[in-house]
Amino acid sequence: MTAIGKIWERFAWEKAVVPLVILVAWEAVSRSGLLPAALLPPPTVVLHAWGDWVFGFDETSQANSGRWFADALSSAMRVAAGYAIAAASGILLGIAIGWWRWVERTVEPTIQMLRPVPPVSWIPVAIIWFGIANKPAIFLVFLGAFFPILMNTIHGVKTADRNLIRAAAMMGATEQQLLRHVVFPAALPSIFAGLRIGIGAAWMLTVTAEMVAVKSGLGYVLWDSYYFLRYDLVLAAMASIGLLGYATDGLIKLLMSVALHWQHGSTLQSREG
Amino acid sequence: MASIELKNITKIFRDAKRKRDLLAIDDVSLSVEPNQFLCLLGSSGCGKSTLLNMIAGFEKPTGGSVTVGGKPVDGPGADRGMVFQQANLMPWLPVWENVAFHLRLKGWRKADRRAAAQEYIDMVGLQGFENHFPAELSGGMSQRVGIARALLLNPQVILMDEPFAALDAQTKMDMQEELVAIWQKQRCTIVFVTHSVDEALVLGTQVAVLTSRPGRVRELIDLDLPRPRDITGQQFNDHKRHILNLIREEGMQQRKEAKPDSMAASRQGAAA
Repeated sequence: MTAIGKIWERFAWEKAVVPLVILVAWEAVSRSGLLPAALLPPPTVVLHAWGDWVFGFDETSQANSGRWFADALSSAMRVAAGYAIAAASGILLGIAIGWWRWVERTVEPTIQMLRPVPPVSWIPVAIIWFGIANKPAIFLVFLGAFFPILMNTIHGVKTADRNLIRAAAMMGATEQQLLRHVVFPAALPSIFAGLRIGIGAAWMLTVTAEMVAVKSGLGYVLWDSYYFLRYDLVLAAMASIGLLGYATDGLIKLLMSVALHWQHGSTLQSREG
Repeated sequence: MASIELKNITKIFRDAKRKRDLLAIDDVSLSVEPNQFLCLLGSSGCGKSTLLNMIAGFEKPTGGSVTVGGKPVDGPGADRGMVFQQANLMPWLPVWENVAFHLRLKGWRKADRRAAAQEYIDMVGLQGFENHFPAELSGGMSQRVGIARALLLNPQVILMDEPFAALDAQTKMDMQEELVAIWQKQRCTIVFVTHSVDEALVLGTQVAVLTSRPGRVRELIDLDLPRPRDITGQQFNDHKRHILNLIREEGMQQRKEAKPDSMAASRQGAAA
């Protein structure tokens, strides 16, 4: 087998099949003249604009030329900040709600009422509270990621095996030790499910947040390019967000396979890694 | 001084759905001397696990008192080791961490925990499996880990709730033998719940035969058979016959008493 063949094999070619088919079909439709080229630019044109956005070789992407890393970084920082706050507060509050009935009774109804309110509808208040900068964007990202992490943590705590708690109590565990040494690890598989849903929601909210509240980031470029009918850049921004979301999800999956290595061989999921 | 003292224990369960009180345990008194091996023998529903859970501190009697080592029991604690029907191991911890879980709670350093666990891992014959996770163990091996975990507490009292019920016959026999050896070595007091007459006779120094609904002690039998116990021997079979007779009498009496009631219940069931 040739070297290229080996690399091909190694990179799990089946992952590339669907994107390739879509790209080829898209290129064909786009070049057929069914729609004006400006409204449905073919992948090659998008790639060209994207390349200039990243590396800045011929200023096809005008003011954005060579600014991709800065844009990606400012979006990623917002996601990271909002997500970190959501993860920390969602896990802590979720454990409290799942463990103490009085916390559940006092807090949960309010949370369940806030949950269906679309994060986007918070934009006006977020701007009044936090002004126009990173803060409202981080707040929206937090809102998106918080609820899935919270709900899954509650579920994980509630479904923890009662017998394990009894066994630990028999060995003299205090309530705090039960939470730390039994309930938290028992809830961890659910918590990770919440973290993975949460990271997707976090990226979804960046664009919304950057459309209104800030003047940088991938979402901002996307919305700005739409005003200038630069659909090639709109599509490049969409693809960028998709790729970054995919990469961060991969990171969490990696973390999960380390933290849940004890499941190895006992669940369907553990076959993946 | 008795190691474990149950005095006039009664337990009433409130059946909330049918608005009725159920007398589960009726005036049970038992005292277990140090270094005894008491088997609580009875059919399911006789309250033997409830009695054990009271000694463990998971349940409170409606009336009467439970003391261990002279102190009243007011909750679960590390002065009593418990081995459950399922091993109840923490699936995220390897074998040695499960065995040393108590030391983890006490904040011992990893190296010290590891060293302390080894003695008990050797005692239950799990050398070579220290780093396995519970999902990788068979039922018998899991139960060994559970026993090692209880032994590490170095308790005066070990409570066992049908720990071998889910094991195959061969493994069960091996485990029973090992348990007796460990008990002789550790000189602890064991209360062992079982529904198997053979198991009670192989293990115990005393067998308390319990009746069902409400649970009472029908007879407390002292066993002074030599060990290892010969399950085909004359004495063993005399005891077995005696206990089986007790159980049979009990069953017949219960059916007689239960008949009108159960027929009414089945008629109701048919109507529904």
